[in-house]
Amino acid sequence: MRHLAPVLASVAAIVAMGAEGEQLALEQDELKFGFIKLTDMAPLAVAYELGYFEDEGLYVTLEPQANWKVLLDRVITGELDGAHMLAGQPIAATIGFGTNARVVTAFSMDLNGNAITVSNEVWRAMKAHVPVGADGKPVHPIKADALKPVVESYRAAGKPFNMAMVFPVSTHNYELRYWLAAGGIHPGYYSASDVSGQIGADVLLSVTPPPQMPATLEAGTIFGYSVGEPWNQQAVIKGVGVPVITDYEIWKNNPEKVFGVTAGWAEANPNTHLAVVKALIRAAMWLDANNNANRREAVEMLARPEYVGADEAVIANSMTGTFEYERGDARPVPDFNVFFRHFATYPHYSDAVWYLTQMRRWGQIAERKPDDWYAATAKSVYKPDVYLQAARLLVAQGLAKESDFPWTSDGYREPTGDFIDGVVYDGRSPNAYLESLAIGLKGDDLPSAAELVTAE
Amino acid sequence: MSALITRVNPYLAVLGVGWLVPILKIATGDSPSAQLRELWQQLGIPVVALLLFLAVWAGVAARIETSLGGLPGPAAVWTAAKSLVVEHDAERTRRAEFYARQETRNAEALAENPDADVRVRRYTGKPTYFDQILTSLATVFTGFMLGALVAVPLGVLAGLSKTVNAAINPLVQIFKPVSPLAWLPIVTMVVSAVYVSTDPLLEKSFITSAITVTLCSLWPTLINTALGVASIDKDLMNVGRVLQLNWLTQVFRIVLPSALPLIFTGLRLSLGVGWMVLIAAEMLAQNPGLGKFVWDEFQNGSSESLARILVAVFTIGIIGFLLDRIMLALQAAVTHSAHR
Repeated sequence: MRHLAPVLASVAAIVAMGAEGEQLALEQDELKFGFIKLTDMAPLAVAYELGYFEDEGLYVTLEPQANWKVLLDRVITGELDGAHMLAGQPIAATIGFGTNARVVTAFSMDLNGNAITVSNEVWRAMKAHVPVGADGKPVHPIKADALKPVVESYRAAGKPFNMAMVFPVSTHNYELRYWLAAGGIHPGYYSASDVSGQIGADVLLSVTPPPQMPATLEAGTIFGYSVGEPWNQQAVIKGVGVPVITDYEIWKNNPEKVFGVTAGWAEANPNTHLAVVKALIRAAMWLDANNNANRREAVEMLARPEYVGADEAVIANSMTGTFEYERGDARPVPDFNVFFRHFATYPHYSDAVWYLTQMRRWGQIAERKPDDWYAATAKSVYKPDVYLQAARLLVAQGLAKESDFPWTSDGYREPTGDFIDGVVYDGRSPNAYLESLAIGLKGDDLPSAAELVTAE
Repeated sequence: MSALITRVNPYLAVLGVGWLVPILKIATGDSPSAQLRELWQQLGIPVVALLLFLAVWAGVAARIETSLGGLPGPAAVWTAAKSLVVEHDAERTRRAEFYARQETRNAEALAENPDADVRVRRYTGKPTYFDQILTSLATVFTGFMLGALVAVPLGVLAGLSKTVNAAINPLVQIFKPVSPLAWLPIVTMVVSAVYVSTDPLLEKSFITSAITVTLCSLWPTLINTALGVASIDKDLMNVGRVLQLNWLTQVFRIVLPSALPLIFTGLRLSLGVGWMVLIAAEMLAQNPGLGKFVWDEFQNGSSESLARILVAVFTIGIIGFLLDRIMLALQAAVTHSAHR
């Protein structure tokens, strides 16, 4: 059998060469995609720079957007054909939180890649409560328990403790909330009439666009933030703050960005959609190939002003598998950015359900929903069938291996307890999961301040 | 000869090269010491002041440390400007390669199937700095022209009729001081709602920025046109009446020519305002011009970002200055002809 493999491979290559001429019948070949200046837009930049889009006959223009709201609005109005989106965005748009439009995704862009950074001043105060290891360095992961006394002292002094995240339905918001709540700090509820998300909050969270995070922290408007790279490493290098925890430590291999398009666009351009997903899968494979061997080259691409534009050194810090906490305290986090391993690009229903549970937990979904509502909503937004079709074409062309894709998955990852507080998440029973979280809405709870008092 | 020099003097002054006059005069042997003093006044002092400014800038910049590195001095900005030119050239090479690849691909498609539908798609790469300058110029002119088309006729009406003037005066006073940042969200939503097309000729962001420029820049033209028309010599108007010219002929033969100098004063002010608000409009509307360049660089936050933004600052300033000079020259030209 072993001898057969190379033969099969070359047969596949020939098939591929034959197949290359037969491009998909594209409905549209000139496309414009939006992105936010974050390292996890990498699959788009790579697919463009390495010609994967052109291989599919697609002529794609990539355009940076001012913030997540502008990006989503422009996808909905059709100015953009698709975009690098927060995983929560298509889900929230579909259930009508913030905006109301059907947005779908057939491609998850990456796992992990975020961190929480606090200002130097807060870090000095926190450090007293962080255990120190044998090497004299703080023991990681750092729990929010260490932040709690700091928040209490600010509140006792009558100062509001402000932190920023990038968007109300962003991963960063939910991760920051998860981390705070796991340490007994209340991040506040949303309600139908109060979308500030600060009802009953110990820490006041607000929105700041990712690239402005370090500057806002430096200005003293906020004491900490949750954001994607390179904006945590930027804080270290500019000396304005200290990252305390990566999201990999909050939830190992958590789903991050997705590639979103409107449902209308996907229905009108099925072949174009397939072609785009094919190109993106190839880009993701390249990014993770040979143990991140291509990451250096990717960093050089991302550092160009038209993509992320930050200094190469800053981007390289996290993209090449290390993460610098305090200045000089760089530690290996090989899975900090995962683009393809662990079936990262497959759009798992269980990922969508987790976001929905967090929306319910913090009041963005104001009332109890049955378990099957969670499953149905996930199904209407996540499109693994499109993904697998694209994967099938790539395997047929010899551009990917059969084993690269979870062909038989029902869309749900195995239940996992890889969270900082060890609570087990099973996407098949969202209501039971909500019950198992100490802080947060569950059952028929309503997000009112009075409710909070009785809960405590 | 010296009479000729005296005659061209005002034109040279308008073009901003008035300092050529003393040099020309020296060349013709006209009292060198007096002309040298004149030359020092016109050319020497500005150059020394500029050098002084550069020195102060370099000195101060070195002391200011931001989280994006030091504030760039003149040398860093010059380097950034040169690297923008290099990037422009590199992007042009990439564009040529893009078209070459496309040509090959189209040729292959044709070879395989002579009926294949082949088209040439526009280059998908990023706009270079020079592309962005051109986009900004196109946007500001579109907005400015739209403004002039509205403001001049309206101003003529307001100048001719006290009733119209009284009617529009309060509106002008209210809208004149409104900042582009206040208009932009409204313009954006209206353009998105009204300008619906599957294959738009112009980008929405372009139209949004241009209309914002229009809304902010039409007021000086409107006010000055009205003033110019209202202050036309009554005798001239009476001549028109005596000759029994019809209304349109009166406007075109008497009103417009006499009001031209002030109309052009208004247009010049409008273009200046338009260029200023354009940058803000582009930043927010994401129209691919200089404003977006500044915004993107601010977002990049790399160690070169500030120097590149300063290049844009100087570019904006110099272009604004040139636009003003062009308008001034036009204004001078029409003023002369009006006085003949």
